[in-house]
Amino acid sequence: MTTPPAPSDLNKSDLLADFAGIVGAEQVLSEPEDIIPYSIDGTAALKQRPLAVVFPDSTAEVAACVKLCAAHNLPIHARGSGTGLSGGSVPSPGGIVLCLNRLNRIIQVDAANHCLRTEAGVITATIAQAAEQHNLFYPPDPGSLKISTIGGNVAENSGGLRGLKYGVTRDYVMAITIVMADGRLAEFGNACVKDVAGYSMKDVFIGSEGTLGIVTEVLLKLLPKPAARRTLLAVFDDIESAAKTVSAIIAANIVPCTLEFLDQITLRCVEDYAKVGLPTDAGALLLIETDGHPAAVKYEAARISEIARETGASSIRIASSEQEAADLAKARRTAFSALARVRPTTILEDVTVPRSCLAEMVKFIAEIATQYNLQVGTFGHMGDGNLHPTFLTDERDAAEMKRVHQALDDIVTKTLSLGGTITGEHGVGLAKKPWLKQQLGDASYDLMKQLKQTFDPHNRLNPGKIFD
Amino acid sequence: MASKLAELDYKVLQQCMHCGMCLPTCPTFDATGKERNSPRGRIALMRAIADDELALTPKFAEEMSYCLGCLACQTACPAGVNYAELFETARSEIHTTLPTSRSEKFWRAITLRGLFRHPRLLRGVGRILRIYQRSGAQQAFRRLGLMRILPGNLRLLEPQTPTISAAFSPELIEPVETPAGGVHHRVYLLTGCMQDLLFASINRDTADVLLANHCQVLTPETQPCCGSIHAHNGEQDIAREMARRWLDLVDLENCDAIISNAGGCGSHLRHFSNLLADDPDYLSRARMWDNKLRDIHEWLVEIDLRDPLPNPSATPRTVTYHDSCHLAHGQKVVSAPRKILRKIPGLTLVDLTEADWCCGSAGVYNITQPAESERLLARKIDHIRTTGADTLATANPGCHLQIARGLKESQPAMTVAHSITLLAEAYRQENAPNPS
Repeated sequence: MTTPPAPSDLNKSDLLADFAGIVGAEQVLSEPEDIIPYSIDGTAALKQRPLAVVFPDSTAEVAACVKLCAAHNLPIHARGSGTGLSGGSVPSPGGIVLCLNRLNRIIQVDAANHCLRTEAGVITATIAQAAEQHNLFYPPDPGSLKISTIGGNVAENSGGLRGLKYGVTRDYVMAITIVMADGRLAEFGNACVKDVAGYSMKDVFIGSEGTLGIVTEVLLKLLPKPAARRTLLAVFDDIESAAKTVSAIIAANIVPCTLEFLDQITLRCVEDYAKVGLPTDAGALLLIETDGHPAAVKYEAARISEIARETGASSIRIASSEQEAADLAKARRTAFSALARVRPTTILEDVTVPRSCLAEMVKFIAEIATQYNLQVGTFGHMGDGNLHPTFLTDERDAAEMKRVHQALDDIVTKTLSLGGTITGEHGVGLAKKPWLKQQLGDASYDLMKQLKQTFDPHNRLNPGKIFD
Repeated sequence: MASKLAELDYKVLQQCMHCGMCLPTCPTFDATGKERNSPRGRIALMRAIADDELALTPKFAEEMSYCLGCLACQTACPAGVNYAELFETARSEIHTTLPTSRSEKFWRAITLRGLFRHPRLLRGVGRILRIYQRSGAQQAFRRLGLMRILPGNLRLLEPQTPTISAAFSPELIEPVETPAGGVHHRVYLLTGCMQDLLFASINRDTADVLLANHCQVLTPETQPCCGSIHAHNGEQDIAREMARRWLDLVDLENCDAIISNAGGCGSHLRHFSNLLADDPDYLSRARMWDNKLRDIHEWLVEIDLRDPLPNPSATPRTVTYHDSCHLAHGQKVVSAPRKILRKIPGLTLVDLTEADWCCGSAGVYNITQPAESERLLARKIDHIRTTGADTLATANPGCHLQIARGLKESQPAMTVAHSITLLAEAYRQENAPNPS
């Protein structure tokens, strides 16, 4: 891999004027007060100031900006709302941030073909609402859906609370429009349910974290809206009973839409913020949602309650209204941010293991926390094996941060020994780069690098992410 | 409370883990789509200043002036960032560090250091304004175009000068009023500055609903300003002076609650212990004060207010409720006003879209940022009109004035009333003769 490019010797004001010529002077920011807020995303302890932030308004403007960057050999960092959790949109010093939040138009809801075409800067929740108006359903629901953009979701292949039954963003992308590293446009995929014409190129770009191309438009698959849903809250004295319940539900061939787990620290923080009546003395909670045909939902809810009782739930609460169910899900989505109440710095992990190993993994995380004398809150999508152990720490305490990194190393090693992955849904970005090679082994790691070199030979697109 | 960002407990800044959950709730970010105009962006700038990566620049000052201080971000923030403290610290540091323009010095001297520091002076000016408005002089002034002598922003605002109350609170409320049916609670009533000057009848209404619920009402005749306007505009020292005056005035040990009926004041009033954290002489009393401070709606629900009896002759009304930012976001009083309105016989409460979105009044924001203020007002009026309600209820004099002005510009006519006024009317109608 080539090293990140150094900006060629150029006159900054001329460059800014050239950008202004493409997008308009008001859409180019370069003063410190304007660009400092773009030094960060949703990831802790990462901060790098860009050279400028540019706001294109169309695919054509994105392409023109990319060409201008290419001409001056400048790093380009595509960004939506900056809610990523692995530093994927943190710029490199001297780089250009292309902020796509002005690409905020839903182009078409095609109810007949169950799909929706949208620009990349549209907010995820807006897409879900647009689908709902046609009695359709866009399932992926990352925690930040109220502000995350669909372009960011595609670039990071975001998951969410419904991953267990409905999969992740990738499973809903039918086509994408990409601005390539040299400014050329390419559309991959189409509105057909079946398509095997050549390689599945769209899949190469989904989850590529802005390193292979810039997503400017997406065609999304929609589903019919489930007719019924029911939310249950199962309370446990300890984490392991909760993990056993998850395994038992899955072994009973039930696939709930959501199977979320909160440990005691997390549920206390969430309750402190959301005040939805979570039992703060519980050792662990499972938030379970089943959806589909009313008869199936009724049966599944009853079976899940039965199983939970058998496997040690101390109580089970069934949401009595849609509002209560929505409030519980909303509260769960705040878990990560709510944990920030405890200590100044919140470092979130995203390890994922095969579901049969959940109980072992959860136990290991608790042991590691004790061993390194660290505070860890764990929550996550237990149904799909995706855990979010979250270190509550202080970045100014060098000794403690060293222990955090040792603990992370141990957690990663354990995860990989169980056949898991270092990141289930947040991406590698900057934060998980040190462990990628450990997971992939030499051949596949090198192949990924070769792919990057093919699409972006000059290493201009989001340099420094995924690989060094 | 520290007066400089660098002296602030760094934890308050660090508490922001920049997740972005605040962004969709911020009216200024909604307007521009630029991070600088968002809570997360502003905190990033504050942190850069605290870390010595950015000087305190006029651009930063501009940004902090552009912030409404509506605190919608504080409601949205799962991490519990105390934005109000950051906001006030930043404004205070700007005020003490950067030179102020002549026109700003002018309005600061008159309002913050003058009128809102000296309650008698404020009432005196109020009386003069009342005479000016009633004598026809205002009309004459306007016809002659004499408004041109006022400085720019004030001149634009002159047509908005609200009508001064016909009588001020001490003329309407006795210092001690005792309910007929026995005393269950003893409470102080804060009459406010704007509320007293412009809406003294709301203070009377508040006293009435308290009396109707067995509260003895203590209303000191001359009350200091709560200091909210000072704290909000970087004058922390005057805000502290006001808090101390209050603590000297009130017999804290012998009352059950201190009642505020203005969202903006209440939001500031309940944090005297933060303001006086470095004042050992006053801190413990400030804590007691904070514990007893209640918004009127909150208090009535807490003491389980009596349902007003139906009166068949009362005209049915359809009401929608606008949350004052500092009542909803600053004090988290959201359900109590709605609960109270729903108790009123013949009143139908309809939901307002973006009810807790700022109306653009925001303290002196309509003077300092007139364009953004007007934009927010237009958005608010649109939503209010869509409800089809005949009455808009709200509980803060700033919102009351701003929305009443916005509604005046279109048809049909709508009433703007404090939610407590509606309750007071319902209690009064219980005793009205029934035409049968």
